[in-house]
Amino acid sequence: MIHLETPLTLTKIRKLRVGDEVLINGIIYTARDQAHIKKLPFPLKGQIIYYCGPAPTPPGKIIGSCGPTTSSRMDRFTPLLLKKGLKGMLGKGRRSEEVIRAIKKYKAIYLITFGGCGALLSTFVRRKELVAYPELGAEAVYRLDVENFPAIVAVDCYGKDIWSKNARKSTR
Amino acid sequence: MRQIKAKEIEDTVAQLCLEANRNLPKDVLLAIKESIGKERGRPKRILEKIIENCSLAKKEKLPLCQDTGLPIVFIDIGQKLKVKGDLEKAINRGIKRGYQKGYFRNSIVHPLWRDNPQSIPAVIHFNISSGNKIKIALMPKGFGSENASVTYMFNPTATIDEIGDWVIKIVKEKGADACPPLFIGIGIGGSLDKAVLLSKQALLLPLNKENPQASLATLEQKFLRRINKLGIGPLGLGGKTTALRVRILAHPTHIAGLPVALNLSCWALRRARKKLT
Repeated sequence: MIHLETPLTLTKIRKLRVGDEVLINGIIYTARDQAHIKKLPFPLKGQIIYYCGPAPTPPGKIIGSCGPTTSSRMDRFTPLLLKKGLKGMLGKGRRSEEVIRAIKKYKAIYLITFGGCGALLSTFVRRKELVAYPELGAEAVYRLDVENFPAIVAVDCYGKDIWSKNARKSTR
Repeated sequence: MRQIKAKEIEDTVAQLCLEANRNLPKDVLLAIKESIGKERGRPKRILEKIIENCSLAKKEKLPLCQDTGLPIVFIDIGQKLKVKGDLEKAINRGIKRGYQKGYFRNSIVHPLWRDNPQSIPAVIHFNISSGNKIKIALMPKGFGSENASVTYMFNPTATIDEIGDWVIKIVKEKGADACPPLFIGIGIGGSLDKAVLLSKQALLLPLNKENPQASLATLEQKFLRRINKLGIGPLGLGGKTTALRVRILAHPTHIAGLPVALNLSCWALRRARKKLT
């Protein structure tokens, strides 16, 4: 298991390969559809965006259920964000060819985590802080401080992706 | 004539919201557990995480998934029963209360303006039947899998294999992003709207009961085998378990047509039901 501290640097990213299982530690920012249409209200350099719209926080909890949403809906915004210095994305599901090319070009990383497991994933969040757009409800931007948040490298900075790797292995 | 107060329906719906979003139905949980034995390595570990998530959600009273869905309500009312009060309002009030009480996510917005998310209105399917009972089924439908659902108007001369090829093509294209292992509802026949409704009702069928139409049960098995040969697997990262079950409902159609709808559900097939007698 690889411990991955945020913010990300080129050295950390270069060590990661498709299929690696990592535990993320540090700050990540939630942003999904509506926040991507607006301006992302944090410096992108070296950061990870988590495609997530958490459920409301019940009393006595740090955060409500907070699993990943489908990443491909953000594909149309991603190449430009990578060009501006974004280094990591965390979500679920596949990415477009264009995004995979941009991940390789700008030396970034795409991670996936357990889809539908929002309750479980909420236990890896140590702090949740609103950054912007409270009017968007679950789609607001939150700064999350995470500890050992589990993820799998799905596209590495060499442009390799986990789905074509698995397709070759399958019995089709 | 027997009467029921709308408030009783409201209370029931509120309770069903809490039940559906926190506790996976027994038949669904069992289907996931059964698949663990068929996998090894990473796909097996992913399925175990899913089970761990379900136990935690139940214990901590958290929604299984942050996407507590678009609430879809199937309500069947006996024609010998009179509802005192506004039925539709009661259903929506129940959902609003249930979602607030459970700290569930408000995910419902105007399709174009997309502001101010709420938990309602639900999509409600009313049905009138004989008798004096009321049956309510709630399915909070996550949109990761709803977005991967499709309908197609086949030529009436299309073969069952052609329909099968189309099902396989759609699952191959979209299944990996819909939180597999999947449950797959297929509606065949009727009109465009009827086929789609059937595909969703197919997801409501209890998994421990065989399809009453034996020929459809055979078809369900045939499609399931083909889908699981795709190797998409849990989370789309490879494995034998791409789908846990295929359910098919059919309805007579027009001589000129053959509508088929495919409604995918993520592994978290959430549904709760209650009969008020």
